[in-house]
Amino acid sequence: MEAVVAFFSPIYILMLAGILGYEIIGKVPVILHTPLMSGTNFVHGIVLVGAMVALGQAVTPLEQTIGFLGVLLGAGNAVGGYFVTERMLEMFKSSKGQEK
Amino acid sequence: MGYLIETVYFLTAALFILGLKRMSHPTTARSGIVWAGYGMVLATVVSFVHPQITANIIPTNYVLMVVAIAIGGAIAWWGAKKVPMTAMPQMIAIYNGMGGGAAAAIAAVELLKNHGDKVPQTHILIMAVAGALIGAVAFSGSVVAFGKLQELKFFKDDAKFRFTGQQKANAVIFGAAVLLGLVIALSHSASGALISVFFLLALAFGAMMALPIGGADMPVVISLFNAFTGLAVALEGFVLGNSAMIIAGIIVGSSGTLLTLMMAKAMNRSVSNVLFSNWAALGSGEAQAVTGSLKPMEPPDAAIQMAYASKVIIVPGYGMAVAQAQHKIWEMCKLLIERDVVVKFAIHPVAGRMPGHMNVLLAEAGVPYDLIFDMEEINEEFLTADVALVIGANDVVNPAARTDKASPIYGMPILNVDHAKNVQVIKRGKGVGFAGIENALFFADNTRMVYGDAQKVAAGMIQGIKDLG
Repeated sequence: MEAVVAFFSPIYILMLAGILGYEIIGKVPVILHTPLMSGTNFVHGIVLVGAMVALGQAVTPLEQTIGFLGVLLGAGNAVGGYFVTERMLEMFKSSKGQEK
Repeated sequence: MGYLIETVYFLTAALFILGLKRMSHPTTARSGIVWAGYGMVLATVVSFVHPQITANIIPTNYVLMVVAIAIGGAIAWWGAKKVPMTAMPQMIAIYNGMGGGAAAAIAAVELLKNHGDKVPQTHILIMAVAGALIGAVAFSGSVVAFGKLQELKFFKDDAKFRFTGQQKANAVIFGAAVLLGLVIALSHSASGALISVFFLLALAFGAMMALPIGGADMPVVISLFNAFTGLAVALEGFVLGNSAMIIAGIIVGSSGTLLTLMMAKAMNRSVSNVLFSNWAALGSGEAQAVTGSLKPMEPPDAAIQMAYASKVIIVPGYGMAVAQAQHKIWEMCKLLIERDVVVKFAIHPVAGRMPGHMNVLLAEAGVPYDLIFDMEEINEEFLTADVALVIGANDVVNPAARTDKASPIYGMPILNVDHAKNVQVIKRGKGVGFAGIENALFFADNTRMVYGDAQKVAAGMIQGIKDLG
């Protein structure tokens, strides 16, 4: 039974997260589409964490090289995605005073 | 240690979700990315002591990790800070490609590690291979998208990448990659050579898929690759048993898919239509001939017409972005507002190169977002507008989309600029729009053409208004 639960819980996560992503985007005004696309682009920068784990376990030089590349690319995704999004969102202002 | 990691990953997932939620409203958007940023930093820091690493510590790997983060982070930081706002779409593309590449790299390490000693479960291997395929496609495809939007010389001519039987060739490459992937996943002991060929095929497919697509369709493609990367990250999350990756990846996968569909819908095209055909193949006959003449107008005269109007609606297009005219245009609008003219901005969903791209540029120039309206909100208002000022937009204001069934853009929702009392069009020259068709709007009796670089024209208009005193 426990094995069955262990097998199914990721599938539940998959379903709920999928619905959540759909719902979040559905209510976004068009003016925020590009920043939000950039924001979601940043969020999948979490791949960095996986690349770190992969590199941490690498044994052969080939694995280490690929793992190194993975971490490098993942860090680029996370850092670049963050600053591009931040720069865009920083510019949104209302004519009725500024709220942040 | 496992509890610490899982707790932090849980926090990270929560911060990502709340951050994205905050990003969906203009007033809280800025704080949204900051929240998500904290989540990312927490997850990254704690991952240095991930049990899967600390079980068998290899010091060299830690050094490599730190160096890779430093190099990758520094280059990306520099790029993100330096790039002009008009180049944002291709920056998103390249960072997205990096994510896809990272997912593919994780898969590669896992696949290489898995042959020999311990036998992993087949369904895990299938997910690793699927993530590798999707991630590699997103990587090479995004690199091509970047090259096209950056207008690098090599990618300049879309036509040279189109050849007969292209889709068959792509299908063969894709089929071969899938087949090899299955062999790798099911055999449990694939050789390094086989794995390399598999990755090469996947990378080739991504590039082949993106190469023939025209620049104006790229936003849809970038959005699609964004969703792909999300999916690839989630799949590798399953492989590593990493819940933060699964949740973040799936959220991006589903939201990215929805965003892609929304963009394609705004262009009145299906996603498959964007991917597998080109404009030239569309349209079902001769387009209606356009009658009338183009009537030019000088910027100061155009300015006077606007200065005495009670309502002006501005329709910016990619031409404004190219000319970097948003600052001058807003300066002119402020003068109009001082004269009690009602000024509004109307944004077509696919104006610019991404949905919302125009909004970002206008926001950069300081235009308050409550003056900016979506197509549905403002389309009725053109009837009451004295002047509609079109800046470097063409196909999105072409009335043929409503009337001419033979036109390739027939059926695409457009801004009803032709309903305004007067129409002014700032345009660099007499060329046709991206769809390669004449625009009857430009020949209409109430339309005046203001030729020139949008920034210079705006400067001329500012002078015109100032001269009125």
